[in-house]
Amino acid sequence: MGRTVPLQVTVNGEPHRSEIEPRLLLVHYLRDELRLTGTNIGCDTSNCGACTCHVDGEAVKSCTVLAVQCDGAEITTIEGMSGPDGALHPLQEGFWAEHGLQCGYCTPGMIMAAADLLARHEGDGPITEEEVRKGLEGNLCRCTGYHNIVKAVQAAAEAGRGVTA
Amino acid sequence: MTTIEQAPANWVGQSLRRKEDPRLITGSATYVDDLTLPGMLWMAIVRSPEAHARIVSIDGSAALERPGIKAVYTGEDMRDLLAPLPMAWAPPGVEQKTPERWPLARGKVCHVGDAVAMVVGDNRYGVVDAAGDVRVEYEPLPVVVDVEEALKDTTVIHESLGTNRAHDWSMGGGDIEQALADSDVVVERRIVNHRTAGAAMETRGVIAEFRGGELTVWSSTQVPHLVRLFYAVQMGISEDKVRVIAPEVGGGFGSKLQVCAEETLCAWASKKLGRPVKWIETRSENMAASHHGRDQVDYVRMGAKSDGTITAFHAKIIQDLGGYCGLLTPMIPELGAFVMTGCYRIPAVKTDITGVYTNKYFTDAIRGAGRPEMTHMLEVTIDQLASELGMDPLELRRKNFIKPEEFPYETPYGITYDSGNYEAAFDRALEIVDLDGFRAEQASLREQGVLRGIGFSTYTEICGLAPSRAVGPSGFGLGIGLYESALVRVHPTGSVTVFTGTSPHGQGHETGFAQIVGDRLGVDPQVVEIIHGDTATGPMGLGTYGSRSLSIGGVACAHAAEKIAEKCRQIVAHNLEADAADIEIHDGRFSLRGDPEKGMTLAEVAGCAYIDATKMPEGMELGLEQSLIYDPTNFVFPFGTHVCVVDVDPETGKVSVLRWVAVDDCGPAINPMLIDGQVHGGVTHGIGQALYEQVVYDDRGQLVTGTFLDYALPTAAEVPSFETDRTETKSPSNSLGVKGIGEAGTIAATPAVVNAVIDALRHEGISYIDMPLTPLRVWQALEEARGRGGGPRGSEQGVELPPQGEGSAGSGPTIPEGGAA
Repeated sequence: MGRTVPLQVTVNGEPHRSEIEPRLLLVHYLRDELRLTGTNIGCDTSNCGACTCHVDGEAVKSCTVLAVQCDGAEITTIEGMSGPDGALHPLQEGFWAEHGLQCGYCTPGMIMAAADLLARHEGDGPITEEEVRKGLEGNLCRCTGYHNIVKAVQAAAEAGRGVTA
Repeated sequence: MTTIEQAPANWVGQSLRRKEDPRLITGSATYVDDLTLPGMLWMAIVRSPEAHARIVSIDGSAALERPGIKAVYTGEDMRDLLAPLPMAWAPPGVEQKTPERWPLARGKVCHVGDAVAMVVGDNRYGVVDAAGDVRVEYEPLPVVVDVEEALKDTTVIHESLGTNRAHDWSMGGGDIEQALADSDVVVERRIVNHRTAGAAMETRGVIAEFRGGELTVWSSTQVPHLVRLFYAVQMGISEDKVRVIAPEVGGGFGSKLQVCAEETLCAWASKKLGRPVKWIETRSENMAASHHGRDQVDYVRMGAKSDGTITAFHAKIIQDLGGYCGLLTPMIPELGAFVMTGCYRIPAVKTDITGVYTNKYFTDAIRGAGRPEMTHMLEVTIDQLASELGMDPLELRRKNFIKPEEFPYETPYGITYDSGNYEAAFDRALEIVDLDGFRAEQASLREQGVLRGIGFSTYTEICGLAPSRAVGPSGFGLGIGLYESALVRVHPTGSVTVFTGTSPHGQGHETGFAQIVGDRLGVDPQVVEIIHGDTATGPMGLGTYGSRSLSIGGVACAHAAEKIAEKCRQIVAHNLEADAADIEIHDGRFSLRGDPEKGMTLAEVAGCAYIDATKMPEGMELGLEQSLIYDPTNFVFPFGTHVCVVDVDPETGKVSVLRWVAVDDCGPAINPMLIDGQVHGGVTHGIGQALYEQVVYDDRGQLVTGTFLDYALPTAAEVPSFETDRTETKSPSNSLGVKGIGEAGTIAATPAVVNAVIDALRHEGISYIDMPLTPLRVWQALEEARGRGGGPRGSEQGVELPPQGEGSAGSGPTIPEGGAA
């Protein structure tokens, strides 16, 4: 390892101080340094969204963000979505109830992207199928054909609690 | 074997939530890349930028100078391997020329991405840096990319074979030429079924640890037992010293039905260096060096009488093998050939297949494996035949369907379709779509300039792989039988562990198999744990592919559980002083028929079998455990009808899928929710091939689609919600009556899309467009049809569009010189 730089972040509510290579990607920092392996890597080109997590409340694809860019940030990963008592987030519940996953590899990123989508959703009416489909365009799934993912996100929204943890 | 007389079917048939999901939705599942071992090293692979070249020299010295780099190895360093990577098909009576494929190239490279060296070091990023410092000098050779060009042998890729032509395989039934000559109409067409990628969201990955004479490997694979078997062959380690684990696997779609070079490399390096070695494939490596699918040029001829009776179907298939053969490469079109009659009574059929080497990555099984290609040929040709006969394509199908009373039906190929009721699924689909309403809407939209079309596809497929005698070394020529194992173990407290030799990667076996076993032992599936993907824990198994898991592996679990249930009944009968024949499972207990108050739970029976031996019948073995191998007597043949509705933008050529109706028949449903999920994903995979996805090499063999930036997978915005329904026709091939569903959607989908687009455009004079139906291709076809010429033939991603499939009734044969014999 070459030159290192200090990094201070809060991940899922827990503060971390690390010395890291400047080129270390956020996703590798989360996975390899903090051992938060729920965030997956699917493509390296920010197409698939498997690595989606939240940085300061916004969904980012962590395979194309340098960890150092997040200095001082609040980060949420899939591991931070359940309640402290292990209660599932409405999106986790929705994906389970609606069979919104098969191999599960895209699921953490899909849930994080959906949480961001629902948090940004404006208007009083329920989120439409089309809004969910367009809103999740940046996340690829090879297993489900998206049908049940859309239902899962709508179910979570309908539960009225589909907000970022 | 005695079976439970009263099948309670409490759990089977229910859409139970998946047992797999809690770990997956919380991020606590363990995929290969989530594992780290003490002292673990990383591997990176140096891959060829040349499509065809001699390796002059490889210099790893600069790489070795980098900090943390432990070794650079080349193919020459690995001369101690006992065997090249396997190709497992040796068809009796057919000469198949197969080049040796070593984990690292020896002397020359045959495609971009061919592995020439590995770098091992202690840092994930460091090995990639060092791989860039390995200097490889290549002497470029002429490159052949086009499969029909390769057949001319102007450039021969493997000198030792003397030709690019790997094999010729012909099979059929009836006199095809006579039947075609006697037909009133013959439709001919050249069809390109283009190269695609499996594109599982998790790429491949391996960790190997050689320690104390034993090898443990974690691999993202669909076939852990086959990988173990091959390690024994290639590295000379006896199987009992090898353990292969498929942990959580993030999708496969056939792309992980392979014995991979990287598995060998990690194991070999670990043995050499005495440390665990890990390799995680990047997506660009996955696009270049995980096997591709499809890639055939097909010449089809279909003959019919003027009343619409189909008389003959002939397919000449030129298969692009790529630079080498993988595990099953040359047999993929053959798998499709077995169902070339589809749902129809066609008295004369023939398939002539020629496998050809080109300077591309090798092709192999990807979801459907040969059957999507054959179904595509059949179903687009039937629509064209209907057009030339002036018949409704639906009536043409109906007229030629094999009737329900004709099953079991022996095709001219000598294959016996187990069961079917094609009209029932067809009628149900028609009922859902309201065709009359659609046609009225289509006509009125056309007046407004909107091009809307509807496409149908009726399919049957062969799966449930497979009866071992039929497919094994003395049969079809696979290197092993395709039976499946189950070990059911009831614990002393009455919970159950089931070990299956299948190796799921998203399909939901942990839930579905638990439902099957739960019913048979009178317990909640929540206390039935399904263990898979670990060669050390269960008996030999063959893995998950070919829609085989339920109809082979699930049936094995059922049989093993039934044997335990029979033992339970005897134990209960002994304790109740009753006859075992009078013991039935009722409300979660083994109880006395007619007096359900008297009975025992599985936990109580287990207490007899494990804890208080005095409660066991005299002479009966203690314990409740059963292991068995199930080998089916026939394949299974799921079927169905899929309907696609599209809009084609007349200005841009963009195709939008508006509606999808799928009526599938895979026999009795174990878990309907899981079936629907398989159909949704399968159809989307097919829509991807039909409209968006294509692996493109340029004429120098450079891979143009090396990332997801260039290889377009469908997103949520490109597909509709699906309307799924089922009919239920039991298979007589197994005791559950089940068939398979994993590949059905993909097999059905591509012709439904193409037929829908052609339905929207046929009035413009367009009768066929090769996939993928990109806006450019569709727009160009429209421009040409409208007499505007379409300008010079366009290009996609810098590669000129291939010639469009031509040919129709009376246009004469379109078989190339020197083509398939």
